[in-house]
Amino acid sequence: MPLADHDIEALLNAANRVILGKERQIRLALACLLARGHLLIEDIPGVGKTTLAHVLARLLGLDFQRIQFTSDLLPADILGVSVFDRESGAFRFHPGPVFAQLVLADEVNRATPKAQSALLEAMEERQVTTEGRTRPLPEPFFVIATQNPAHQIGTFPLPESQLDRFLMRIELGYPDRTAERELLAGADRRELVAQLSPCLPPPALLAMQRQVANVHAAPALLDYVQALAEHTRQSADFVAGLSPRAALGLLAAARAWALLEGRDHALPEDIQAVLPSVIGHRLLAPAGPGNGNLARRLIEAVALP
Amino acid sequence: MRISIAALKPWPCMAKPRKPGAPPLTQGQTVWLAASACGVLVPLAPYLPLWLDALCAVAILWRGWLLWRRVPLPPRWLVNLMAVVGAIGVAIHFRTLLGKDPGVALLTLFLALKLFETRSARDAFAVVLLGFFLILSQFFYTQSMVTAVAMVATTLLVTTTLAVLQRSSTPPLQAVRLAGSMLLQALPFMLLLFLFFPRVSGPLWGLPADAYSGLSGLSDTMSPGSISRLSLSDAIAFRARFTEPPPDQVQLYWRGPVLTRYDGRSWRLGLSGLASEAAAQMAQPVDYEITLEPHNQPWLFALDHPSRLPPNAVLTKNFQVVAKRPVRSRLRYAMQSVLDAHVGRNESADALGEALQLPADFNPRARALAASLRAVSRNDAEVVARMLARFRKETFVYTLSPPLLGRDSVDEFLFDTRRGFCEHYASAFVFVMRAAGIPARVVTGYQGGEVNPVDGYLLVRQLDAHAWTEIWLPQRGWQRVDPTAEIAPNRVEQNLAAAIPQSDALPLMTRPELNWLRQLRYRWEAASNAWNQWVLGYDEQRQYALLRLLGIPSPDWRALGALTATAGGVLMLALTAWTLHQRRRADPLHALWQRFERKLAKRGLGRAMWEGPADYAARLVRALPRREAEIASICTIYQAARYGKLIESAVTRRQQLSELKRRIAAFTS
Repeated sequence: MPLADHDIEALLNAANRVILGKERQIRLALACLLARGHLLIEDIPGVGKTTLAHVLARLLGLDFQRIQFTSDLLPADILGVSVFDRESGAFRFHPGPVFAQLVLADEVNRATPKAQSALLEAMEERQVTTEGRTRPLPEPFFVIATQNPAHQIGTFPLPESQLDRFLMRIELGYPDRTAERELLAGADRRELVAQLSPCLPPPALLAMQRQVANVHAAPALLDYVQALAEHTRQSADFVAGLSPRAALGLLAAARAWALLEGRDHALPEDIQAVLPSVIGHRLLAPAGPGNGNLARRLIEAVALP
Repeated sequence: MRISIAALKPWPCMAKPRKPGAPPLTQGQTVWLAASACGVLVPLAPYLPLWLDALCAVAILWRGWLLWRRVPLPPRWLVNLMAVVGAIGVAIHFRTLLGKDPGVALLTLFLALKLFETRSARDAFAVVLLGFFLILSQFFYTQSMVTAVAMVATTLLVTTTLAVLQRSSTPPLQAVRLAGSMLLQALPFMLLLFLFFPRVSGPLWGLPADAYSGLSGLSDTMSPGSISRLSLSDAIAFRARFTEPPPDQVQLYWRGPVLTRYDGRSWRLGLSGLASEAAAQMAQPVDYEITLEPHNQPWLFALDHPSRLPPNAVLTKNFQVVAKRPVRSRLRYAMQSVLDAHVGRNESADALGEALQLPADFNPRARALAASLRAVSRNDAEVVARMLARFRKETFVYTLSPPLLGRDSVDEFLFDTRRGFCEHYASAFVFVMRAAGIPARVVTGYQGGEVNPVDGYLLVRQLDAHAWTEIWLPQRGWQRVDPTAEIAPNRVEQNLAAAIPQSDALPLMTRPELNWLRQLRYRWEAASNAWNQWVLGYDEQRQYALLRLLGIPSPDWRALGALTATAGGVLMLALTAWTLHQRRRADPLHALWQRFERKLAKRGLGRAMWEGPADYAARLVRALPRREAEIASICTIYQAARYGKLIESAVTRRQQLSELKRRIAAFTS
């Protein structure tokens, strides 16, 4: 089996040494990347969102750009701009920060919807069109956006249609007691990040992405995905059901998860593992309990076919 | 067919009351509701007061307009006011609020007005339930096959509305299909209840007597024009089914009221007691069964002369079969008759006296004719023959539209107009016979009938109504004489259409040139006869007969109740079992896995329905650490077989399965 097991293990171990006590989130982030999806990290400031993006960029050897979203950010600040060049006597395009393999869009909900949509369209199309010219974005292309909880002051919450462009949304949460102690006692995180060396070079990453698409999904598994989607569409527990794009995303994420588990076929357990992150930002409960609960309720309401 | 989940969900109206902020009905749901109300109310309209029809129509149109223009509903007090005014109207119209008609009228009113209160699903369900009840109430008024078909359609409409109320987003066609499949699923239960639910003999509701005033048929008097009026109607009087091929057309004299008293214009029923003798068994009796349409008179029809009577009927001295009460619903009875019987040889003097009675100072010319006939004849039989010969030889015309007659009607008919229908001939003949001293009487009834080639029943229509006579001769008793047969033999040998002139207007369908239309009508009448016989006529007796067929020797309502309950339970169980069976289709892998689960469930380690095989295996190993190897091997094989890459060769797959089977069999909990 051509699974790069040791590379994956090494990568995860290295990441876990820098970001303490967040094994599951790191694994999900990697699965998201392998499934060629974009990641949204939602949490309060200071729990390591940016650090996680840095760590992934370093470990995967991807060239990295960070865009700090602010309320006065303009689309050109993201995509790039054409400037008149005196020497050649012509306009020359200066690519924006989005032309990188891993883009960190920090605090994406601080910018105006106009700036947000410039990024999100680039994410969806994997290319940028400015001044009548279309320029492809590099391969692999991976966006990690961080978002502050919507109730914080000065935010423009992303609408559902744009949330749907992110394959997963994860929350980091506070570290537990031992992890926090280690963090406090340990070295500076920024130095640790700087010391990291790539474990999985871009060609290997691309190969693994192709391998994800080959992970077997049996008819019984597809039945299960359909049953889950059907339930969200029929049940009164959800305001609106899962879209076919969401179902596709669920399957892709489950395949990536299975690959990370070292299997060549996906199991219902893989679906269940990625389900909270994949559907959390796509489904709305009519009112009340949190989204984590919603995913749990969905899993427990649908029998394995 | 899959059992639809929608039918198993509790209805919202059974759930706890909705909060004030409950979602209002959508436009589409309201349209369905209004359509249902229309579908329920339109068939009832002919039976309701005209003003109520108008009120309901206005209410529905108004509701439709509000819906179309998206105008808010009128205030509650206005609707309440309309309900009160309407109820008062019903009370005034019927002079009561109790009983069938006012009840239906009130419910109709409420259904129409409830459309203005459809704010939430609860209101809508009230409309639907009311609609279901009102559909049923149509049976108070008519029970024909067309009604039943229309009712099924309305039921489908209302059920579809119910489906749309459950899920407003259901597309119309899918909702209709859902409702249709729900009704189909209810069909076995419907059939079961129809066949075995104990029948209450007699109508469940006492229907008022005046409900039958519109029924037509032979009456107890005969005056010129009374039978020719009937001959304009091709409604069915009764149907007869013979056990053997029916007798010849000329022998089909269906005896009805026998009229003996004459007042110069009309013939009436005479005094009558019960017969002392039935028809003598001179010839082979004929067995047949009659299904009589209601005609609100007590008499039953039978071929001359009845020899065995149905229960609940008596034979009068005039050999007329009379039921104990007027026939107000379709009645089926078995009869036996002897076609060439000689009856009344020992007739009493009273009866003969009555058969000679004539009013004084009427029809002097006819009396003179009688005297002259008597003078030239040697005996009674010759008088009869001469009179019939006179009909034959002189230019009498048989017609549906005879001229009107004055005071001495027999004189005018015999000597002046000479145009008449059967009642004229019978009346004149009996008059002359009595004047000549021969006891005679008029017999009314039906003559002939046509066999429906589709189902073999003999149809006797109102236009087959006929009047003939009987005379009494010493030693021979009462003899049938049909003067009409002398003038228009075709009437008796064929039918009415063959006997009367072309110019006379006949009911459309009896015209010979419309043959294809007649064929169509035969089919239709056969179908409605089957409906009458097997659906409406499925009564206690037939129910008991069916039970006897099923091997229950002495059926009663208790047996029926027990059978209904048992069969219902069995049907329910069968349906449930079938549904469960459908859910787990015969997949050997799945069945094996379930066997494994069942073994572990005994130890309280059943799999949660959503639990995947790997998670389950991990949990099992935690609970039973010593059996880790066994559990892991079973779960791994299952997991690979169900979720792993497809194994191309069937042999390997079979090996995989048998391996799994062996291991699961070896696994003891």
